[in-house]
This record gives sequence, structure tokens and C-alpha cells, in this order.
Amino acid sequence: MSAPVITGLGVVAPNGQDREAWWRATLDGTSGLGRISRFDPERYPVRVAGEATKFDPAAHAPQRLVSETDAMTQYAFAATNEALADAAVVPDDFADLDMAVITANSSGGVEFGQRELQKLYSEGPQAVGAYMSIAWFYAATTGQLSIRHGMRGPCGVLCSEQAGGLDALAQTRRVLAKGTRLVLSGGTDASLSPYGLVCQLSNGRLSEEHRPERAYVPFDSGASGYVPGEGGAIFVVESREDARARGVERIYAEVSGYAATFDPRPGSGRPPGLRRAVELALADASLAPEDVDVVFADGYGVPELDRQEAEALAAVFGPEAVPVTVPKTMTGRLYAGGAALDVAAAALALRDQVIPPSVNVRPDPEHRLDLVVDRPRETRLRTALVLSRGYGGFNAAVVLRAV
Amino acid sequence: MSANMTFDDLKAVMSRCTGDVDDLTPDKLDAAFTDIGYDSLAVLEIASQIQREYSLQIPDEAIEGMQSPQAVIDYVNASLAAV
Amino acid sequence: MTGRAVITGIGVVAPGQPGREAFWEMIVKGKTATRRITLFDPTPFRSRIGAECDFDPELAGLSYQEIRRTDRAGQFALVAAREAMADSGLDMDAEDPHRIGVSVGNGVGNAISMEQEYRTVSDNGRQWLVDQGYMKPHLYSYVMSSSLATEVAWASGAEGPATVVSSGCCAGIDAVGYAVDLIREGSVDVMVAGATDAPIYPVTVSCFDTLRASSTSNDDPEHACRPFDRRRNGLVLGEGSAVFVIEELEHARRRGARIYCEVVGYAARANGYHMTGLRPDGREMGEAITAALDEARINPDEIDYANAHGSGTKQNDRHETAAYKRSLGEHAYRVPVSSIKSMVGHSLGSIGSIEIAASALAIDRGAIPPTANYEERDPECDLDYVPGTAREAELDVVLSVGSGFGGFQSAVVLTSPRRIT
Repeated sequence: MSAPVITGLGVVAPNGQDREAWWRATLDGTSGLGRISRFDPERYPVRVAGEATKFDPAAHAPQRLVSETDAMTQYAFAATNEALADAAVVPDDFADLDMAVITANSSGGVEFGQRELQKLYSEGPQAVGAYMSIAWFYAATTGQLSIRHGMRGPCGVLCSEQAGGLDALAQTRRVLAKGTRLVLSGGTDASLSPYGLVCQLSNGRLSEEHRPERAYVPFDSGASGYVPGEGGAIFVVESREDARARGVERIYAEVSGYAATFDPRPGSGRPPGLRRAVELALADASLAPEDVDVVFADGYGVPELDRQEAEALAAVFGPEAVPVTVPKTMTGRLYAGGAALDVAAAALALRDQVIPPSVNVRPDPEHRLDLVVDRPRETRLRTALVLSRGYGGFNAAVVLRAV
Repeated sequence: MSANMTFDDLKAVMSRCTGDVDDLTPDKLDAAFTDIGYDSLAVLEIASQIQREYSLQIPDEAIEGMQSPQAVIDYVNASLAAV
Repeated sequence: MTGRAVITGIGVVAPGQPGREAFWEMIVKGKTATRRITLFDPTPFRSRIGAECDFDPELAGLSYQEIRRTDRAGQFALVAAREAMADSGLDMDAEDPHRIGVSVGNGVGNAISMEQEYRTVSDNGRQWLVDQGYMKPHLYSYVMSSSLATEVAWASGAEGPATVVSSGCCAGIDAVGYAVDLIREGSVDVMVAGATDAPIYPVTVSCFDTLRASSTSNDDPEHACRPFDRRRNGLVLGEGSAVFVIEELEHARRRGARIYCEVVGYAARANGYHMTGLRPDGREMGEAITAALDEARINPDEIDYANAHGSGTKQNDRHETAAYKRSLGEHAYRVPVSSIKSMVGHSLGSIGSIEIAASALAIDRGAIPPTANYEERDPECDLDYVPGTAREAELDVVLSVGSGFGGFQSAVVLTSPRRIT
């Protein structure tokens, strides 16, 4: 099989409710971070998040499906509609077993779940609704997309926190290699209910800075943690031959390389696994570091983790040797949707030959990074590297190439 | 809450379960749920909502009998009368 | 895709007593582990029974810190992973940790802890704006099911690709399929792969109550789960974990490892039809079985035993019986089919791995575990379900299948080491 290619993209993000609106905002440096509005955050130390506040679920799916799903799945409905239209895919033109859905998930449908838990404990077991069984669990989004679009091939769901979006793309590549012709891949997440936020507070990595423009500034000497966000991206992925054969006009990028590693257990004294993920992904793509034109960094925003990532990049590429960017400074970390959105950004960067900026960041010179800040940088782009780290030790890297 | 379920009461319950009920007109009272777009899960969701709002415990056999809106209304009213 | 994947270590924490041998002894005797739920007071629930593990994390060897930071699901996985590692004889000092990966199947995450902590921070459901002051430090590891892979990686020393595979009730098969794919593509030499779930807690029990999918034989828990029997009335929730050491065949041979079986074929399919419904004609599961056999290059009539999903619901068992007929043809009437869920219940994301453990041990021990509680024939379920009593049999090819919410269907084919050439 020829290398898989991305032929369709759909996005729901805090700074844009669809692909092109989000991409314009991203190039303009327009942030989607703000004070939490889904509930009153006054009592919590973390009050800034990237919410998809203007999203209207009923505009993207019938009310019946909206009623039986959490926001995480509703974002996927919208992003999938957009991705399929973008790729000019009519599912009926494919055999149903030739199509599959593989998404990343992280925390499940937390808002839906909190509502039903509240019913359970305030009213009793008979109050729990039938949709709880299908809305809360991690597989809800893949299942709903598979049914809605009649995609009956080898579907899947992977959870590796923020790294999951890249792992899903790798699994997509595997099933394409085994003969599936078209895969909906990516991830969406919606982790912001009061209980969802409190769960996140416990990891100690969220920014307690209340000014949105200072809350999430990875690689900055003032970095104080990250901001959670919601949304994500869904891609249509197929083999290059299949895409050509069905007359696809635009191929965003080829998925040329991937690797995942896991950090040594704490206290082992061994180095973290991110650098190894980069090296293995480049080897998988048969590329050298100098072939990479831009890096979409993980950009955790936690000083020690920023230092580790900067060191890994300097070790592989040399100091300030490759442009690096963190457009998620405008959205927050979207968990299962985060790496997927970075893949979307990398794909559009290759399309438009422009690197989107990181905003609000003044990179600490000690990191020795060529960080693209404030304004987009127009440059010739052929190869992009996307990095992601998931809480608990997960590292993943994907190489995208223009075709 | 009245001690009796009317068509409008059921419609209100269903609206809280599945959102849109504009298509649900009285002539569909005897239609099978599956024919008017309510799958088995939707019927279970409606049953669960009725359990909440009417403080009823609906047994499995009764659920199997809830094939149409009218059947639901009849069951609920019979149960409320028996209380 | 050149590598071949073999199972060289098995660890199990299943309902009843923990440990691989206790599990095998129980299922081969046809004993059930179902009882009135003890993990919480089930009085107000419609279904009040479950297949519970007699599990004490301290007795099982977990450290105090491990117990503090993990949910019951994570504790099961840690114990099963350690048993599998010890069983495999893998010497981590001689292995490259970068070439060892982890895949953990799971359905509902750290469900018990998520619910317990919810009760605390919400003051038992009273507050929507929950109180951070009562937050437990490990809450983030509960909300992210990926922590289950982290725990297994730490316990095993793996530093290769790691993830949680969360395709609902097929996750236990899919996590093994994922591991096999990584071995075949050459990304790793070894995978510590399996699944875990601990769903027996009010919210999951009430979900199955609401769906009317669980058995209400509350007065006779031992006989509540009756897969394929005419009087079957629903599933019984279970819990537990099974973890395997799966490795590339040459890697296993080089170190002289004992091989339980080879994983020769795996496939996942979706029904694309309904989140909880199944077509009565068995189409979707039949397609998964056929695809797994195709990958294995094995003919349907070579199957010596089918380890069933057999959840004990009206809908599933009818669908599954039809699926065997569609995919195996006349051989469906000859092949023994049994469901160990009759004894260990349905542990959601974990059960697929527990059933693979049963299948691998069936090959290893030369015995087919029975379907307990099967007594009355259902005209729609007319195959050989191995009622009540185990059978001795030399098994060369075993099929294990799963089905779950979201429309997921998976099948895996295992072969005896006798067939490895």
C-alpha cells in the first residue's frame, strides 16, 4: 500500500467553530481562551479555559442524536461532517466494511456523566437514563460515527491522554495497510463540567493565572501550567492510490512517519522518551532531522516539561535549527482532541505554506528554540513534525509530508 | 403532577428525553414507536424519565408492552390508579 | 508484516479467587462466582447480583502506594500483569525496555473511584459545583483511563509504545489484537497486553438496570447467567483482569520460552446499525469471525472450539448463534461452543482478555470449559453449548469472540504450539 494521506479535515476549536474559521483565527493569533462560562468558576483556582462556546450541536446532528450524546461526541459529529465534505466523500460510494472510525478519547463524556451521577445520588437508581450507557463511555464517539456514516470496518478507540490523537492516526495507518480503504481518524474532547475540572485540578499542572493572555505560555519563563480546552479535529485518511483513483483534488499531507514511546518509571534516573519518539518517527519516515521544516511542539506549559521538550528538540535538531510553534496557546490543551488539532494545523500549514504562531509567549532564551511567535511565518514547508505527550508517560510523534 | 397522564404530559416527557416532538401529533398515538422514529433505547429513556417524574417502578414486562405512545399512557394511568 | 505473535505468559484476576490456576480450576469445574453484590448495598437496584473477585490488594502483593493511587481496575491489572510477567520468565535485565510495549483494554475506566470521589466532592449528589476541597490527589489518574496503561508499564518496565484500547466490551480482544499488530509490524518484540475492568458499582449497575439487560434472578444468583438457555434473562456483571506476555515467535524461541499458543488471526468489525442493538441474523459478528479466519488463513472447519461471547441476553445469544452459522456453515453444528460468562459474568472491557486466557488455557490443558446453567434448549440457539461439564479435547484451533455497545464486534483465532513450524 502507498502511504496514507489526509484528504479531509474538520475542526471544532475554542477559537473557531469550523476548519477555515479556526485556521484564520489561528493565523491571526486570535485566542479562544477566556473565563469559563459553562459554569461559574469563581470557587475554583482555575478559571480560564478554551471553550467552544458558540457551538450549536443541533446545527450538525439531528436532535435525537444530540439528546443521546455528550458534547465530546457532538463536536465529532460536526468535525466529521466537515471532513467528509472536504474530502468529497460520499459514504454510499464505498462498501460499508471498507470504511472505519478510529478516535482518541481521554475522559469520556464527563458532563453527561456528572448529570447522571447527580440523578443517581439525588433521586435513586431508577432515575438514571438509558442514554448514560452509550454517552459516557470512551467508545461513544467512535460508535456513533460508525453508525451515523455506516462505516463498518475495523473501528477503534485509543486512550493515551493528549498523545491519543497521534496514536489513533497510527492505528489508522495499520488498518489501511490491512485493506480498509477509508478511515475517519482524530479525536475530540469536552472535559469541562465542574467535576471534570476538579478531576483535572488534581494533576497540579493547570494554570491558576486568571488573565487569559498569561495563563498558558509554554517555553516562557513565566510558564505556570496549562489551560484545558475542548474540541478537536477529525480527518479523512485513505491511501494515496485510492485518493487519486477517486479524483481527490487536494491531498493535505501524507502520514510519513510515526513512533510512540513511554517514559521510564519515576525514580529510574533514565531520560524521558520524547527524544526517542522523534528519532524513531523520523527513521520511520526515512527522513533526517534537517528534512523537517517545522515542529508543532507539545508545549505543556509546565516549566520542567518545557525544558525536557526543548532539550529533546535541541538534541535532535540542534539549537534554534528548526522553527517551532505551539498554536494550542490559542486553544488550550484539548486532551484527546489536542494532538488531532495539531495535526490539522500542520496539514493546513503545509497547504498554505505558512507556520501559525504561538501567542503571548516570550520564549526563555535558555530553551534555544526558534519559536514562531505573534505572527505567522511564511516559508517553504514540505515536512512537519507533530509532537505530543500524554500525562502518565506517553510520547508520540507524527511526520507529515506535503505530496 | 396530576394523578393522570395525558397525551400532552407524555409529549412533555418525551421532549425532555429526545428533544424534538413537533412531529408527535395525536394521530400517532397508536403508531408503533419504531415507526415514528423512536428506537428501543429511546423508549427505555422515556420509561426512565417516567420513573423519575411519576415515582413509578416500571417492571421489565411492562416495558416490553410499551410499543406505542398510547400503550405508555395506558400503563402509566393504570399504575397510578392502582397506587 | 512478518512477525508472528505467541502468548508466553498469562496472569488472571477473575471472579472467585485471584490467579490463573484458581481461575482455570473454577471454570473447568463449571462453578459460578455469582452472588448477591457485596461491593455496595444493592437493595434498591433491579439486579442485585454480580460475579465478584475475592480480592484483597495487600494480600495480592501490591504496595501501599500502589493501592493508594489506583482504582480496583488498576489493582486487578497490576496483579495480573505481574503474574503474567513471572509466568513468562521474561528477564527484564536481559531485555531492551524500548522494545516492550503495553496495551490495556478497558471499558469504563476507573469507574468505582470516579463514582466514590464524585459522591465526596458533590456531597452525595447535592452540588453541581462540586467542592474541590474534598478532591483526592489521584483523581486525575481516575478520570484518565490511560493511567491503567501507565500502571502496567511501570509494573513491567516497558518503555515502548503504550496505550489503553477502549472499544467498550470488545476492548479485551482488541487490546490483544493491537498488541499482535505491533509485534507483526516489528515495532516491538514483546507486548504486555490484556484488559481490566471493575464495573460493579451503582452507576454501572443502574445503567444495565435501565436497559433491562441484566438478570433479575436475584434469589438464585448462582444460576442467574444462563447463556443460550431458553430461560436466559440477561447478563450478570463481572469484574477482573487478564494480562498476557505476547512476544514475537523468534524472540520467544531464542530465550526458550514456554508457548501457550499463537495468535494467528484477529479482526474487528462494527455493526453500523445501533449503539445497543444487534441484527438477529448474526451478520456483524459473522463478518468479524470470517475476517479473523481469513487473516489466520484457517478454514472454518478447522476450528476445534469456539469460546463464545454468550452474555446471556436474549438478543446476543440469538445473534451469536446465527453468526456461527453464517461464518462456519455446517461446522457450526459440530464445533463445541461455550460461554464462561455463565461462571465469571460479563466484566465489560476486560472479559475479552479473560476469555482469551480461558481459550489459551483450554489449548494448553486440553479441556473445554463448559457453559454452566445450560439446561433448556432454545429453538433459536441449537448448537452444542457444552452444558455443565468440561470436556477433554486436543485443541489445535480456538476461536474467541466479543460484542459490545457502540456496535463493536471482534474475533481472535488462537492455535496450539503444535501447529508452529
